[in-house]
Amino acid sequence: MKKVFIPLVFFFCLVIFLAIGLNRDPREIPSPLIGKPAPAFNLVTLESDKTFSPEQMLGKVWMFNVWATWCVACREEHPVLVAFAEKNQIPIVGLSYKEIQPQDPAAKQSDAIKLQVARERSAVWLQRHGNPYTTSVMDLDGRVGIQYGVYGVPETYVIDQQGVIRFKHVGAVTPQLLAEKILPLMQGLGKS
Amino acid sequence: MKCIIVFLMGLCVGLANAGEASPMAEDPVVEARLVHISPELRCLVCQNESLSSSRAELADDLRREVRDLIRANKSDQEIKDFLVSRYGDFVLYRPEVKPLTWVLWFGPFVVLLVAAIFLLAYLRQRRLVVQPEALSDADRARVEQLLKD
Amino acid sequence: MIPELGHFALILATIVALIQGVLPLTGTYLPSRSLHITLQSLARPMAILQFVLVALSFAALATAFLTNDFSVTYVAQHSNSLLPKPYQFAAVWGGHEGSLLLWVLLLAVWSMAVALFSKSLPLDMVARVLSVLGLISVGFLLFILTTSNPFERLLPAALDGRDLNPLLQDPGLVIHPPMLYMGYVGMSVAFAFAVAALLSGRLDAAWARWSRPWTVIAWTFLTFGIGLGSWWAYYELGWGGWWFWDPVENASLMPWLVATALIHSLMVTEKRGSFKAWTVLLAIAAFSLSLLGTFLVRSGVLTSVHAFASDPKRGVFVLMFLAVVVGSSLTLFAWRAPRVTLGGRMELVSRESFLLANSVLLVVATGAVLLGTIYPLIIDALNMGKLSVGPPYFNAVFAPLLVPTVFLMVPGTIARWREAKVSEIAHTLRFSGLAAVVLAVGLPFVLGGWSFGAMLGIFLGAWVGLGTLQQVVTRLRKPGRIGLSFWGQNIAHFGMAVLVVGVTGVNSYEVERDVRMHVNDVVTIAPYSFQLKSLGEVAGPNYKAVRADVEVKRGDEAIKILQPEKRRYFSSAMPMTEAGIDSGFMRDLYVSLGEPLDDARTEWSMRVYYKPFVPWLWGGILLMVLGGLLAALDRRYRA
Repeated sequence: MKKVFIPLVFFFCLVIFLAIGLNRDPREIPSPLIGKPAPAFNLVTLESDKTFSPEQMLGKVWMFNVWATWCVACREEHPVLVAFAEKNQIPIVGLSYKEIQPQDPAAKQSDAIKLQVARERSAVWLQRHGNPYTTSVMDLDGRVGIQYGVYGVPETYVIDQQGVIRFKHVGAVTPQLLAEKILPLMQGLGKS
Repeated sequence: MKCIIVFLMGLCVGLANAGEASPMAEDPVVEARLVHISPELRCLVCQNESLSSSRAELADDLRREVRDLIRANKSDQEIKDFLVSRYGDFVLYRPEVKPLTWVLWFGPFVVLLVAAIFLLAYLRQRRLVVQPEALSDADRARVEQLLKD
Repeated sequence: MIPELGHFALILATIVALIQGVLPLTGTYLPSRSLHITLQSLARPMAILQFVLVALSFAALATAFLTNDFSVTYVAQHSNSLLPKPYQFAAVWGGHEGSLLLWVLLLAVWSMAVALFSKSLPLDMVARVLSVLGLISVGFLLFILTTSNPFERLLPAALDGRDLNPLLQDPGLVIHPPMLYMGYVGMSVAFAFAVAALLSGRLDAAWARWSRPWTVIAWTFLTFGIGLGSWWAYYELGWGGWWFWDPVENASLMPWLVATALIHSLMVTEKRGSFKAWTVLLAIAAFSLSLLGTFLVRSGVLTSVHAFASDPKRGVFVLMFLAVVVGSSLTLFAWRAPRVTLGGRMELVSRESFLLANSVLLVVATGAVLLGTIYPLIIDALNMGKLSVGPPYFNAVFAPLLVPTVFLMVPGTIARWREAKVSEIAHTLRFSGLAAVVLAVGLPFVLGGWSFGAMLGIFLGAWVGLGTLQQVVTRLRKPGRIGLSFWGQNIAHFGMAVLVVGVTGVNSYEVERDVRMHVNDVVTIAPYSFQLKSLGEVAGPNYKAVRADVEVKRGDEAIKILQPEKRRYFSSAMPMTEAGIDSGFMRDLYVSLGEPLDDARTEWSMRVYYKPFVPWLWGGILLMVLGGLLAALDRRYRA
């Protein structure tokens, strides 16, 4: 091949990559935790001061959903989760992520008061919009979220009987996603 | 005695009026390490900003995590590994040198080397080529004129 | 009514551009003499007519902004009745659609300039060049008309606009994009000349002489535009950073690097008739990179703080346009380039070979920037993961590539054409070289501490600075007139030296203090002290702000009161920082107001910076701009 064609070939390859890139979302981050054990934690729940840890879910396939009352997209996905929880016997555990935001006046209060306020707000919200969660853990400072690689709300994980993360979705869960990806996955895991 | 009291009072007033500003950071040693490592880490929710400049909430949380890790005497590499194991390679602004990024890191220098070799070869071969001098414009115009006639 | 007229003018302009793009070019292929001349003669008037129509369209959009016509969607998105008038005008290019109209306007300006200032060019060259420019205009005009129409109506009209992004409400916005686009778009002229040369088969020294001034002027604008952008980021963003290797910044740097290679390569082609194919390829590459930049910034393919709101449909159009324009010109190149003659003899060491090395180094550096910018995209497209490539990479790879490039600037200008001796060059430069080494070794200690980077940077800056001064002095001693191009070259090269020292100084010796301050607190960066004297509220036309008065002293002597602000624009949730800056010849003192740390708002976080040599950064760029201007005005280029 003559040397003069090198620029053209190079440019051609570049265009191909750019064309493929048009169909990709540069802000979407795949999770490196898939296939790894779900990070351990011990947090108090919305309902009581008894702590919850993922260990308690060993032997079951379950969903872990990151949410907050201030999150608009969570409101969109919530009915989907509620319907899903009612129809299937798959437990969903909620992670109440940074319920008290930094600009909130309650943010300056003591930890005990912050927890109380967060619980109240979450309980009211769940009463109004439905509660799909078997329990909801309170991650007030977001540390557990960071352990799970959370960078936005809502996020949803599927965790298997051995406590290994099998799936992660960032953004609102849609009925289509549930039907096409999550449910088949969970049923497949349930069989093995 | 009065002089001393007045002097001491003046000193107090002076001190009360012009204090040395205290650093934002609680621990300058930890902060120095943070300042060093945060430009290498990406703010995941921003439009291309590092942890050192971003004011996003998640950036605050991540900086807090990094400070905790620094206090626990973790090395820079350990801190990066901590974040990569949770967020993937995306969080590093300096891509790790591994087979996936060899082209990225070594490509430019390899190309430079190859180009330099080609350049030398070209110039060597070029000096042997004798070409007639290009016609000046005036000559060219004359030739055109002659050809027209 | 006026927006509709503007829209109509744009449609007419597209038709005129199409005529301009097709007929003159066809004329160059026809055997019949009279038709041949007639068609080609259409080029100039069509270019002027196209300018008039696009200018009318632009004026219509500007009128919509200045009269607060919020029934136009674009105006409602980017303006507000409280926005000060100059920003209402600048808001015309504050968003994607309007900035494209600016692009097309400037392209029409360049085309008209070529039409008016090309008396010495043969008609067929003018016809070809203007045709190529016309076809490019058609592409952009169609892009606007089909995907990005700024004249779309909003019904019912908004009561008031969403306001211009506060970050853009600044004098920088008024001139940075127009200057930058003049540069980007100006590369199309070099491109058009290159394609015209390939089409005509006449690739010679004359072509290079015609191309050169246009290319140098475009380069000058691009240099100025990039410098403005960098300066703007420096004072507007609040922490004094001036380059972030953001994809959009890279999109402007890449054409600049190639354009620099191009103006140097044109020199060889003009003088010695050599490197013709390489020069043509560089001209194609420079404009291709401009178009690529347009794609990267507007398609949503890369994340950037600068990116316009993205839309895949627009991305597809630009990509196809890019593919057609660059693909066809590279095909033309592959077809015609092999026939090009070689030009004069040259030795292994000669000015020609130095300039070729300069080209190669700049192109490799451009390649590195391109690679780093799109590598995440490539890896994602190959489904091999998601990674980020940021400033640590670019700084690690780009700087080493630039070191030999800058170093060679001096021997390259001393070496003789055709044949030069290294020993002779070294002998000529022995004092400059020695002085540079001495400064490099000693100066870091004076400035605050030794580091390898500081030493290398000072060496390069001193080497180029002293080497350039030496040449000027040598030449002044000789009799005879000195042309503007000599001054242009040396001022630009000296500017580069100043820039290198500026970058080195601020990177190696900058001091930052991040502190909490009450009124009367003092923070010290020897020998300067900064005291917060008072805090107050101020109101602007469309914002409210807290302003701090910070007194800067050197020792006991008061220098200035800086007034950093924290602004809350009515239209935006994000607070904006306006830094307080005191600029001196050798340093900047930079103060940035942070956030209140207590409920009573008596204690605030503040960042105070001592930035040595930063003014040299801007000064160096201005010198390069001046140099380019002088070089382009040299009398041998005046028609």
